[in-house]
Amino acid sequence: MTNGWVDIKNTDMMLIMGGNPAENHPCGFKWAIEAKRNRNAKIISVDPRFTRTSSVADLFCQIRAGSDIAFLGGVINYAIENNRIAKDYLVNFTNAAFVVKNDFKLPGDTDGVFSGFDAGKHTYDRASWNYAAAGGAANAGAPGAPAPLPEKVDYDLTLQNPNCVFQLLKKHYSRYTPEMVERITGIPKDQFLKAAEMYTSIRKDGDMKMAGTIIYAVGWTQHSFGTQIIRTAAMLQLLLGNVGRAGGGVNALRGHSNIQGATDMAGLFDTLPGYLKVPTPGDASFDAWMKRATPTSSKPAPWDSWNYYGNTPKFTVSLLKAMYGDAATKQNGWAFDYLPKVDRDYSWTHLWDDMYNGTVKGMLAFGMNGVAIGPDSNKNIDALKKAEWLVVGEIYPDETSEFWKSPRVIAQGDMKQIQTTVYRLPCAGFAEKDGSFTNSARWLLWKNAAVPMPGDCRLDHGIVAQIFLKVRDLYKKDGGKFPDPIMNLTWNYSDRLNPPLAEVLKEMNGKALADLEDPATKQQIKAGQQLPGFAWLKDDGTTSCGIWIYAGSFTEAGNQTARRDPSDPSGMGVHPGWGWSWPANRRVLYNRASCDVDGKPWDPSRRQVWWNETTQKWVGNDVPDFKADSHPKDHMGPFIMNPEGVGRIFAPLGAFADGPFPEHYEPIESPIVNPLHAGQSTNPMVTRFKDADDKFGTTKDGFNVVCTTFRLTEHYHYWTKNNPMNVQLVPEPFIEMAAEMADEMGIRGGEHVKVSSARGEYIAKAMVTKRIKSMMIDGKKTYQIGIPFHWGYRGIAEDEGKTARNLVNSLTHTAADPNAHTPEFKGFLVKVEKV
Amino acid sequence: MSQETLRIQKISGHAGTVAGEGTQREYTICKLIDTTTCIGCKACEVACMEWNDLPFGETIFGNTYQTMPETRWNYWNLILFNEHEREDGSLMWLMRKNQCMHCADPGCLAACPSDGAIVQYTNGIVDFQQANCIGCGYCITGCPFDIPKLNPQTKRVFKCTLCTDRVGEGLEPACIKSCPTGCLHFGSKDDMLDLAEKRAKQLRDHSNYPNAGVYDPKGVGGTSVVYVLHDAANPELYGGLPKDPHIPWSVKLWKGPLKWLGNVAMVGGLIGLFVHYLRFGPKDRDEEEMKAETKS
Repeated sequence: MTNGWVDIKNTDMMLIMGGNPAENHPCGFKWAIEAKRNRNAKIISVDPRFTRTSSVADLFCQIRAGSDIAFLGGVINYAIENNRIAKDYLVNFTNAAFVVKNDFKLPGDTDGVFSGFDAGKHTYDRASWNYAAAGGAANAGAPGAPAPLPEKVDYDLTLQNPNCVFQLLKKHYSRYTPEMVERITGIPKDQFLKAAEMYTSIRKDGDMKMAGTIIYAVGWTQHSFGTQIIRTAAMLQLLLGNVGRAGGGVNALRGHSNIQGATDMAGLFDTLPGYLKVPTPGDASFDAWMKRATPTSSKPAPWDSWNYYGNTPKFTVSLLKAMYGDAATKQNGWAFDYLPKVDRDYSWTHLWDDMYNGTVKGMLAFGMNGVAIGPDSNKNIDALKKAEWLVVGEIYPDETSEFWKSPRVIAQGDMKQIQTTVYRLPCAGFAEKDGSFTNSARWLLWKNAAVPMPGDCRLDHGIVAQIFLKVRDLYKKDGGKFPDPIMNLTWNYSDRLNPPLAEVLKEMNGKALADLEDPATKQQIKAGQQLPGFAWLKDDGTTSCGIWIYAGSFTEAGNQTARRDPSDPSGMGVHPGWGWSWPANRRVLYNRASCDVDGKPWDPSRRQVWWNETTQKWVGNDVPDFKADSHPKDHMGPFIMNPEGVGRIFAPLGAFADGPFPEHYEPIESPIVNPLHAGQSTNPMVTRFKDADDKFGTTKDGFNVVCTTFRLTEHYHYWTKNNPMNVQLVPEPFIEMAAEMADEMGIRGGEHVKVSSARGEYIAKAMVTKRIKSMMIDGKKTYQIGIPFHWGYRGIAEDEGKTARNLVNSLTHTAADPNAHTPEFKGFLVKVEKV
Repeated sequence: MSQETLRIQKISGHAGTVAGEGTQREYTICKLIDTTTCIGCKACEVACMEWNDLPFGETIFGNTYQTMPETRWNYWNLILFNEHEREDGSLMWLMRKNQCMHCADPGCLAACPSDGAIVQYTNGIVDFQQANCIGCGYCITGCPFDIPKLNPQTKRVFKCTLCTDRVGEGLEPACIKSCPTGCLHFGSKDDMLDLAEKRAKQLRDHSNYPNAGVYDPKGVGGTSVVYVLHDAANPELYGGLPKDPHIPWSVKLWKGPLKWLGNVAMVGGLIGLFVHYLRFGPKDRDEEEMKAETKS
C-alpha cells in the first residue's frame, strides 16, 4: 500500500476492484465503513460477482474477469474528456510534460504491439520507449548497450507537444470509449459511465481537496497482464492527483498476515532484501553490478530530482556486510563472488516446470501448500512424482505432503511407482512463535508467542537453521567446490540452532561497524550500536544492515515494532507510536505530493506534511517522504525513488516488459478475440510452458464459460478445513453460478455440477444465485462462474467423504505475467455440466 | 451497566407481586445493529458460540452463505442472508444478524406458565432460567420472532441471553466486541436510538435509500435490539423480520382477561400438563426430533 489501512478512513471515494476486502480483510474493512459513516465516502465495487464488499457499496458493476485494463483505461479516457484531472499536480509531479522519442509507436498504430516488437522472437527492443533528450542531443550510452534515460529531458509544460506523455496518454486511451468498454468488459455503457462519473467526481471543477483511493488484491495481480492492471490504476491516480494524499493512493491488500514481510525480505528470485536488484551473469564485478543497478537522475534541466536509489551501493554494501561480516571487504568486492548470479526466470511456475522436467530434484515446502495453491495442481503433482525428496513443514497433514495419495494418483494406479521420499515435519503455528508481521500498510508489528508448541513441533526457522549448520559441518568435514559463501555466513545468534527472532530483527535493522558521525548534526554513533535509520548507511564497509528499508525498526531505543502507543495527535490515523512502518516510520508514501508546488497542503483540513518557511524545513503530522531542506522553489519531484523525481505516467525503457502504457489484452483463455486488435489478442510477452500438462482450451472445444476463483471470510486458505468451527460456518465446497444459467441447464441449488478446463475437473454443489448475471461480451451472451478454493483431499469434510476430494487449482493454467511472474488464476475458460 | 440493572422486574408464571415491577428502567440497555454496514462476516456467530461455550454442530450446504436455516437451541446468533432485486434492477444482498430481540413486552414471558422460567431484568434483558423450564414450548408460540428453541434431549428452551453475565460485569455482549466493522453498537436505549436515527438520516440524505429507518417495533413495547434498515418499510425482506410484531392473541387472552385462571396454580399446572401432552405426546422421541438433534 502507498497508504495504509487506517488511512482509508480519510478517503472520500473508494474504487474497490480486483479485491473483496469485506470478505477477505474484514478487520481492515472497518476503515472503509468509517469513511462511509464519517465522511459520506462512496464505494464503487467492480467485480465478476456481487460480493460481500458489493453489498455495502454505493455502486456495483459486474465485470468480466480479465478485462480490468479496459475498464480503467475507459475511466482515464473519461477523466481526460471531461477535464476531471489534477492539472497542476499532473504538470509538476508527473512526467506528463516529458517528451517521448519520435520513433515510439502506440499499439493503436502498430497492430496491437508497441514499437520495437520482434514477432519472431517475441521480444521487444525498447530503445524507442524513452524520453527525448533536451536540445535534441543523442542519449549517450555505453557502446552496444541500450541508451539510458537522458540526463536532461525535453519537456513541454503546456502539455501540447503531440509527443509529450500527456498527449500520448490521451491518444492511447481515446480508443477506450464507453462503447468499447462495454464490448470488452460486459458492463453496460450507462453503468460504466455512472462509475466513471462517480469516481472522477472528486475532481469536479478542478477542485483538489477531495481524495480517492483504489483498493485491490490478487484479483488484479493474477492475470497474464496483472502488473499492467495495477499500473493503469497508478496512472489514473496520478492523473487525478491522488497519490501521496491522505485517503488516496494505490493500495494492495495482501492475502496473508505477513506476505508483505516475505516480499520485503526477497521472497522473489529477482530481488535482494529491500528490493535491491540481484546480480546477473553479465555483471563482471561488484562495481559493474552497481553501475547497472544504480540509476542516475533524468529530468527537465530546471527541476531537481533526489533519485534516492542513487544510494543503492550503500544499501548493498551494508547488506553484504550483514551477510558476510569481516569476510566482505573492499578488496573482494564485498563478497560479490559469493552471491549467485541470476541468469533467468526462477519464479514459481518455473520451479515446478523444472521439477516436472527433472532438473529440480527436491523441495523444502514451508508455510504453503504447493499442490493446492497451483496453478495446475495436476502438473505440480506430476512434478512431485519425479522429485527425489520433499520436505514439508506444516501444522496439518496437507495435500502437498500427501500428493502421492491424491485421488488422481489413486485413479491412475501409479502410486507404487512413485519413489519420492517425503519428510513431513510438524511446525509451530503462528500463535506458537514470536516475531513480527509486516501488514499491507507496511507496518511491522511484533507479537509474542501465545501458547507453547504442542508435541514435537519445531520452529520453521529453527529447521532451516539446523539444515544450514549441518551443511556447513559437511563442508568443514568433506570440503567442497566453493565453500566460502557457506563457511563465511555470519551466524552470531545466542541460540545457533533456533536463532531468536528479535536478534534477527536487530541484524536486519543494522548497526555501526565503526564510530560514525553525521557531519551536519555532529550526532555520533559508536561502533556496535544499532543504527537509527537508513540515512546512516555507508558504502565503505562501516555499517551493516540486513534490509535497508527496515533500518529504524530495532534501534538503541529497543524494538520499535513492539511499541503499542495508540495515540494519534493529528486524528488522521497516523498513530506514530504504534508499531513501526517502513520506510522511516512513514505512514503515507510520497506525501510531499499532498502539497501544491509551493508546499501548501491541497486540503488544509487533512494536513500531512508541509513546508515551514520559518525553519526552512518540511515538517508534518507524518514523517515527510522528502529531502527535509529542499525548498519548494527548487522544484524537487515528490517521487524520490524514480530517477525523474516525478510519477511515471509513461514508464520508460525496461520498467515493464510489455509496454510503457498498459494495453488491454485478452486472457490467455478468452471467450472473444480482442476487439482492439484481433491480430494481437493476448499479451505478446506472456510466459508460457509447452509441457504435456500445459494444455489450453478454446470456445471451439466447448470451453465457453469464464471462470474465476475466490476466497471466503469463513475459511483461511487450505488450513481451516481442518477446524470444526470454520467447517460449521461453511461446511462444503460449492460453485457459484447465475440463476439464469442454472435454469437453462436444469440445475438446482445444492445439486452437483462438474466444471472442466483443458487441464482438469472439479465437482461440487451448485450455489445458484442472483449475484452473478449473464453478460454480453462483444455481442455474445457469456456466463461467468466463481469457485471458492478452500477445499482439497485432506480435511474434516474430505475425510468424512462429503466432498469430491478435488482441487480448484486443477482447473487453472500456468501462463504468467511477464513482469511479476504471477500465474493467471483469474479468468480462464471452462465448461459446466450437470452431474 | 452493573449488577444493579439485573434486578428482576417481570417473572413468568408468577402468582403475586414482583419486587422490581414498575421500576423505572433508568439503565435500559440496547444493542444497535446497523444492517447497512454489516458485511456478514459471522464474527458475532463465532463469538457467541465461544463465549457461551456452545458445542459445534453439523451443518449442510443450503445454497446460501447462511450458516444454517434458523437459530438452534445451541446456536443463538445467526446472520440471515437474503438476495433482493430492487425496482431499478440493482441487487441488494441483505445481511441481518438474527437473535432474541429482548422485547419490552416479551411474548415468551407472557406465555410461559412456569414460575421463574423466564425473567426480565430492569435493564431490559429477557433471560431464560432453564432450571425452572418445564419444556412446554409456550414461549416458542409466544415469540413473534421465532427465537426460543427447544433442546429435544433435555426438554429445556434456550436463546440469546444478551450476555447477561458480561453485561452484569459492565462488559458489552460478546457479539458486539467481535464486530470488525462496528455495525454493532451497545449502550443505553436512548443513545442507541439517537445513533440509529442519525445513521438512518445519513442513509436517506447521502445514499440511494429513501426508506432507510429504524426498527424498534411498538407492538412488543419496543425492543432492546434495534435495527437500522435500508428499507424500513419492508422489514420482511430481511429474512422475514415482521412488520408489526405483537404477542399472539391466544397468549394475550391467556395472560389478559383469563389471567385469574393462571393465578390458580393447580389449574394452570394441569392445563400446562395437558397442553404439553397435546403438543408433544407421550415421552417418545420420534424421528423428527432425532434429526433435529445436533452432534456435540
